[in-house]
Amino acid sequence: MYDGRPILPLTVSGLSYEAGGKRLLDTVSFDLAAGRRTIVMGPNGAGKTLLLRLCHGLIEPTSGRVEWRGGSAVGRHAMLFQRPVMLRRSALGNLHHALALNGLPRTEREPRARQALAHFGLEDIASQPARRLSGGEQQRLALARAWAQRPQALFLDEPTSALDPAATRAIEAMVQTCHAEGMKIVMTTHDMGQARRLADEVIFLHHGRLLEHTPAEEFFDHPRTPEAQAFIRGELLW
Amino acid sequence: MNQQNAFITALDLIASLDPVLGDIVLLSLKVTLSAVLIAAAIGLPLGAALALGRFPGRSALIVVSNALMGLPPVVAGLVVYLLLSRSGPLGFLGMLFTPGAMILAQTVLILPIVISLTRQIVEDLWAEYEEQLRSLGSSRMRAIPTLLWDGRFSLITAILAGFGRASAEVGAVLIVGGNIAGYTRTMTTAIALETSKGDLALALGLGIILLTITLLLNTGAFVAGRMAQRAAG
Ligand SMILES: Nc1ncnc2c1ncn2[C@@H]1O[C@H](COP(=O)(O)OP(=O)(O)O)[C@@H](O)[C@H]1O
Ligand SMILES: [Mg+2]
Repeated sequence: MYDGRPILPLTVSGLSYEAGGKRLLDTVSFDLAAGRRTIVMGPNGAGKTLLLRLCHGLIEPTSGRVEWRGGSAVGRHAMLFQRPVMLRRSALGNLHHALALNGLPRTEREPRARQALAHFGLEDIASQPARRLSGGEQQRLALARAWAQRPQALFLDEPTSALDPAATRAIEAMVQTCHAEGMKIVMTTHDMGQARRLADEVIFLHHGRLLEHTPAEEFFDHPRTPEAQAFIRGELLW
Repeated sequence: MNQQNAFITALDLIASLDPVLGDIVLLSLKVTLSAVLIAAAIGLPLGAALALGRFPGRSALIVVSNALMGLPPVVAGLVVYLLLSRSGPLGFLGMLFTPGAMILAQTVLILPIVISLTRQIVEDLWAEYEEQLRSLGSSRMRAIPTLLWDGRFSLITAILAGFGRASAEVGAVLIVGGNIAGYTRTMTTAIALETSKGDLALALGLGIILLTITLLLNTGAFVAGRMAQRAAG
């Protein structure tokens, strides 16, 4: 269902990011293949958000490279933020705006926007002011908005950390839908249960360094590094 | 004279639908609202471009525009006077001592207010929206209409500030309009004239009318803005 040539795998090599005289990400390298759900884990301040912003192209690395297959992947990957920004217009209006930014011809926007709302059971809120929606509804709308752009890869930065359990489940279900449809999922979370439910593979960051990149079962059952072992026991908070 | 006198005079003027007064009020509104419209049409996009643009001299422009918010009306009037005077660069237009000249002077006066407040509002919005909008595929310039629309309720306040300054000033319209009875006489220039002639009751009556109109307009804008904001979230 996704348009255009494939942009995966994503190859990250020697990625470093410095700010304020500190090296916040330190020569991180990995390959991300299509299909598998990648969960990025690590204690607070490990650099998870930075890594996603770098991969999504919101900030430029100090050194190193983020390379998509076949070069440019502008507009073909999307990101869900911890707190989504909704514009002061209706839910449907927000989708229209995103599709306009995506370059979709005017006549195709309305059906595509309606399709996205229907796909996730959000038809009821179509005409409601987006900023008036609950946090959970806004995040679901943000995901529908991202989905409407038909990205091949979706980055999610702790999308449920501010949500109640019901809304968290709803977002997880939506993520599963996207995954089942072939969208690449790259998501950070500090919720161990959520990570176990969703992960096919785990990238574990600590102090800006990549310590593990392993299949989920292996990470949760036999973490190799002492840091990951402590993290899984809930003892590594920083 | 006493205040009661002034109120009675004001009420008398209104109740009798005094045609001279009516013309003065209408001209004042026409001049000020035209200036506000023109300043908004120019100042909103310019202020947003100043907020999001990246070009050399941007900081200097911001400082100048901020400083010009305090431009004394008589100075604005003088500048427009020099521009429009027979020997000035725009003298061929023959606009001096016409309502058009007054509109131009008031536009010059309030443009910096609209530009500066718009820049501040749009800059703050951009700080909040930047990553989300860029993630969705927006360039900085493409964000200008988005942010102007999303900031519409705050921007109304910026435009009302411009309206307040234009409707209250007397120096600029006096210099370029000339306070010609029945042609370029506005409420503020009439008040200045009546005060200098010693007709304080009439002057105060006009002042009360001016205040009432300003209050009504602001109330209308406030209520409309609140209702629209409630609808938009
Ligand atoms: N622009 C910046 N300037 C300085 N420090 C930053 C900047 N952005 C992030 N950091 C720091 O980098 C570290 C990693 O941040 P982040 O990626 O947000 O961590 P997390 O893994 O919790 O998402 C933190 O210590 C944060 O304070
Ligand atoms: Mg984070």
